[in-house]
Amino acid sequence: MSHETDRTLTVRALARVEGEGAMHVRVRGGAVEDVRLEIYEPPRFFEALLRGRRHTEPPDITARICGICPVAYQMSACLAIEAACGIEVPDAVSDLRRLLYCGEWIESHALHIYLLHAPDFLGYASALDLAREGRGLVERGLALKKAGNAIMELVGGRAIHPVNVRVGGFYRAPVRTEMAPLAEKLHVALDLALDTVRWASGFEFPDFHHDHEMLALVTPGQYAIDRGTVASTGGLSFAPAQFEDYVIEEQVPHSTALHARLAGRGRYLTGPTARYTLSSQWLSPLARQAADAAGLGAECRNPFRSILVRAVEVVYAVEEALRLIERYEPPAPCYLEVPPRAAVGHGATEAPRGVLFHRYAIDADGLITSARIVPPTSQNQASIEDDLRRFVAARLDLDDQQLTWQCEQAIRNYDPCISCSAHFLDLTVDRG
Amino acid sequence: MTGQDSPGRRTVVVGVGNEFRRDDGAGPAVIARLRALQPGDDSLSGVTLALSDGEPGRMIDLWEGARLAVLVDAVQDITMPPGHRYQLAVDALAGAADGVTSSHSISLGDTIELARVLGRLPARLAVLAVVGRDFGFGTELTAEVAAAVPELVEQVRQIVR
Repeated sequence: MSHETDRTLTVRALARVEGEGAMHVRVRGGAVEDVRLEIYEPPRFFEALLRGRRHTEPPDITARICGICPVAYQMSACLAIEAACGIEVPDAVSDLRRLLYCGEWIESHALHIYLLHAPDFLGYASALDLAREGRGLVERGLALKKAGNAIMELVGGRAIHPVNVRVGGFYRAPVRTEMAPLAEKLHVALDLALDTVRWASGFEFPDFHHDHEMLALVTPGQYAIDRGTVASTGGLSFAPAQFEDYVIEEQVPHSTALHARLAGRGRYLTGPTARYTLSSQWLSPLARQAADAAGLGAECRNPFRSILVRAVEVVYAVEEALRLIERYEPPAPCYLEVPPRAAVGHGATEAPRGVLFHRYAIDADGLITSARIVPPTSQNQASIEDDLRRFVAARLDLDDQQLTWQCEQAIRNYDPCISCSAHFLDLTVDRG
Repeated sequence: MTGQDSPGRRTVVVGVGNEFRRDDGAGPAVIARLRALQPGDDSLSGVTLALSDGEPGRMIDLWEGARLAVLVDAVQDITMPPGHRYQLAVDALAGAADGVTSSHSISLGDTIELARVLGRLPARLAVLAVVGRDFGFGTELTAEVAAAVPELVEQVRQIVR
């Protein structure tokens, strides 16, 4: 009960997060003694199974890591392999990749906003309960998501685990006439996206702020999606090739996902709020206007407001997709041959949940000799645990049920993708 | 694709699952077999054959406006032997809505209930389920589930005929 000074909160299977994980909070003498975000989903050993495969295979193999953000895996893989082989794809190919990536952002963010996160703010246990009382809201979310789907199907070849991406470009580039119906859908989606920002801006957000160093890609002049330099709110700036010099991964006993920290600095945060804080000046005017109207300032350090940032990013992604379609000319050729050479290549892109880093070593025959993948959720684990520690400490007057509910919400702020990271949810609060 | 068919006349068969997780690939295996048969099989003429990873938005899009939707999925059931087949009633599945939701695994029961609330169920929905034994890593079905695939294919053909 709320007056107890020793207690344990346990959620054995966290709901509305992707994959399998648990949370354990131990309170002793009225102070939070331990917080653990336990990722118990078994590791899938993707890095190991990539060894010995051809250098052309990572986009198709790593796309299978996640059903929500396969494009992110494909894009980071392509950049890394192409960097190893000394190939730089033409702008037209890069633009088509960015368009495909916009589709994934729209799909992933719409799913999280409407089906996973909004029920928390509106007091519903699930999207199903939300749909029973607010059918139109869920319809809007699904319609928005469908616009992202349409991009994935046209550019990616299919909505799940796209098959049209290859190292060096695309197997087939859509013709211009195929883009017209897509643009029509996106014009409708833009209104839905703006409505989403206005709707979410009316939610009540707990007064909570973190002081994590935030890390994201930046591409000056453009909101970072498909490429960039790694930058942090603490002043770091380095190329993806230097990622492993700055980011240290280590095993912790309670997680099958490696925890990451910045060398000599500690925990950090990646994801939509980091991206927004480092790149909000490069949002499109309409997205910037929507952010301002929703009360988002130059930075966002309240993780509960991440739903607003995602909504603004959907506005941006829809607009950006429309911009890319308007000027679209099919790349010819639609891919470059990428002959192998013995080298190491690095790639980083902005997955919906944050920076996704890949590194591959390739031999002269084009076989992969080592691979490393650092997904966003594993990078965020230490920061999520720190948030929970401070969040719980300020709310020990709540009873276990209320506190557990709010802690789960605090975790969902980060849209953790456990399958990607497991390399993880279930909550326990131990009050003794 | 689905949009090419007249609303209300379309029949869709959806294989639900992941072909890289052994018996979870039963649905996709049935679709592969149906695709091979479709060119010379009158009962499958005009039938949309599709795959789904279970994600609810895309699943609802696949069956919305259809005259008939048939889902083929592998299930875990410790009370019945691997390879055992069920034909599930939609009402029974709606009762299976469990409220436990992840971005990848809103349950089939929840998805059907969500579609019902949104008024986006097909006119008729049949769910064929097969009890799986091994949902671990790998592309091969277990012998028991592999043996059930031809029977599931025949069951689909009978339903859509």
